[in-house]
Amino acid sequence: MSEKGIPQRMSGNEAVAEAIRQINPDVMPAFPITPSTEIPQFVSSMIANGQIDTEFIPVESEHSSMSAAIGSEAAGARTLTATSSCGLAFMWEVLYVAASNRLPLMLELVNRALSGPININAEHSDSMGARDSGWLQIYAENNQEAYDNTLQAYRIAEHPDVKLPIMICQDGFITSHAVENIMLLPDGPVKEFVGEYQPEHYLLKEDESMAVGPYAISPYCMEAKRAQAQGMINAKKVILDVAKEFEQLSGRKYGFYEGYQLEDADYALVAIGSVCGTIKDAIDKLREEGKKVGLLKIRVFRPFPGEEFAEALKHCKAVGILDRSEGYNSVGGPVGAEVTAAMYRAKCQAETVNIIYGLSGRDVRVSDVERVYEKLKKLADGENVFGAYPYLGLRSADQSDCV
Amino acid sequence: MEQTAFNFREIQAREERLAPGHRMCAGCGGTIAVRNVLKALHPGDKAVIGNATGCLEVSSYMYPYTAYEDSYIHNAFENAGATLSGVETAYHALKKRGKLGSEYKFITFGGDGGTYDIGLQSLSGAMERGHDMVYVCYDNGAYMNTGVQRSSATPMFADTTTTPTGKNSNGKPQSRKDLATIIAAHNIPYVAQTTFIGNLKDLYVKAERAIYTPGAAFLNIMAPCPRGWKYDAPDIIEICKLGVETCYWPLFEVVEGEWRLNYQPKHKLPLEDFLRKQGRFKHLFTPGNEYLIEAFQKEVDKRWEELLKKCN
Repeated sequence: MSEKGIPQRMSGNEAVAEAIRQINPDVMPAFPITPSTEIPQFVSSMIANGQIDTEFIPVESEHSSMSAAIGSEAAGARTLTATSSCGLAFMWEVLYVAASNRLPLMLELVNRALSGPININAEHSDSMGARDSGWLQIYAENNQEAYDNTLQAYRIAEHPDVKLPIMICQDGFITSHAVENIMLLPDGPVKEFVGEYQPEHYLLKEDESMAVGPYAISPYCMEAKRAQAQGMINAKKVILDVAKEFEQLSGRKYGFYEGYQLEDADYALVAIGSVCGTIKDAIDKLREEGKKVGLLKIRVFRPFPGEEFAEALKHCKAVGILDRSEGYNSVGGPVGAEVTAAMYRAKCQAETVNIIYGLSGRDVRVSDVERVYEKLKKLADGENVFGAYPYLGLRSADQSDCV
Repeated sequence: MEQTAFNFREIQAREERLAPGHRMCAGCGGTIAVRNVLKALHPGDKAVIGNATGCLEVSSYMYPYTAYEDSYIHNAFENAGATLSGVETAYHALKKRGKLGSEYKFITFGGDGGTYDIGLQSLSGAMERGHDMVYVCYDNGAYMNTGVQRSSATPMFADTTTTPTGKNSNGKPQSRKDLATIIAAHNIPYVAQTTFIGNLKDLYVKAERAIYTPGAAFLNIMAPCPRGWKYDAPDIIEICKLGVETCYWPLFEVVEGEWRLNYQPKHKLPLEDFLRKQGRFKHLFTPGNEYLIEAFQKEVDKRWEELLKKCN
């Protein structure tokens, strides 16, 4: 199916703001933090200009933006917020409250490094830290995906089998601020696709009262947590169903991951976000040279489609798993740990290596990626070329584990 | 604002909005505060009740039972202000879009830990933004839920588990934060301080005014805790009366920026009358410690004089 829509040029932040305009949510509490600040600014302008009638709450902190979002969503209003980095860290406690209360609110996350040192550039340490908070997490490679994922978000989160909050992630500056081509969809079909929010129970339901946020003792608490986990399990099917329906609307196909030259690849990289564009360029170049290299680009990280990832990687000889965040566990990063575990469970025979890259916005060039693929081939041949703790593009006196 | 005449029988005969059977301690001041603030909602009016984490929350909404007849939300310890501001904004959004017909009132409760300390920022934000809500602090002067640790609302020299008395300690070294004044400085339409006096008229009148004044309102209610203050539970009303008669806990309100004293004792009683009944001040009555009571009295006198000036 061919792509549908209206060609435009805009940044990732503009793209999600455009999606928000089309959705016209009920309430948005937000607090500015680079590089997501533009999103509440754009929304405020659209409200001021009468383009949307969302109620904006200019809260005094991110903790309060998530707290107010929880109140608003529990009250029965479709709610969203936006943040980055330390803002997400400040919300930590209440991220869990949002998920455990089964509140399908949306968070536009523009990924940025956590302090310190304080740094405003792209890194996944913020959302990776929140990976066990019970939120759905969907990542974008570019502005188009950030826009498309935003349009699909409420359909997934609000589904009766899921009822969980959703984080729509894009890389700070690289995606959020760079202007690229995009295909927008017309307002009418978008509104029809997203639909109205019709929760079953909520605080302001006129014919019943409701209590939210109980203290629960041990005989009840564990069951509540297991029920919540089921929402995450159920989300896998819903994500694919919604993607299928979105494809009808847009002509663009989405799943748990995107395979790029992966089907016959001997050497594959696994990565999340904007770096995948660079990796694809490197693959195009290496394929011309006859090298069988490929990419598995993770779109959905929560729920974690480990079986599907492993299935897609099982024919590879060596797999490099890239992490744009430190795990500080003396072993590597979270994507590395989870993908490796999934491959082990699926009895994949490939050699694996976990490589840390791009921390605090460190640039990754096509030549860097080419070097990694060369080393993956050596790894498959039994040569330990990565060292004990590989970092890509690190300026270090000891080059032994620098890729 | 429409205020009903105070009729004790009629008000106490109103349907309970905090149902019995909750797990609060016998004689708990916080429970008296909540039950009577909710009585100030006019019968038939809808409300959403918020609550910071604390004794009240863990004892009144323990799954699968809730003591609240109205819709209720607890989120966390430090965010009752922000949480209810989200609920109140959702109300306006749904109303504007024709999804809601009824009128709702918004009232949230927090102890002094959730209000004076960890929740101060969230409260300040909600008050400054002017959400149409009432924040009620039931001030029992310490973190009672976790076992009587000092808060910034704890009076000076009180014996708490983090300011224990001992060879080198006379209890809490600092005097209490004046939160009502801080909230009044937000220039909101209504701030009041009250406690349990007589037939609870002062509490009722202020709660009703707070609920039915458009915009943000704040109520600070001294709500003694028999376990933390170490007194005989039935003495609560007498202790509250002594708090007011000694001018330790003056009754006042700030209406559209105008300070009003609601009660001036004919004969201001010495502070020790208020302290004597409470085990947390027992050490002040050890011979040789008279100077501590004098210092405390001086602090109370200073604050009282400042309040009189504000109220002209």
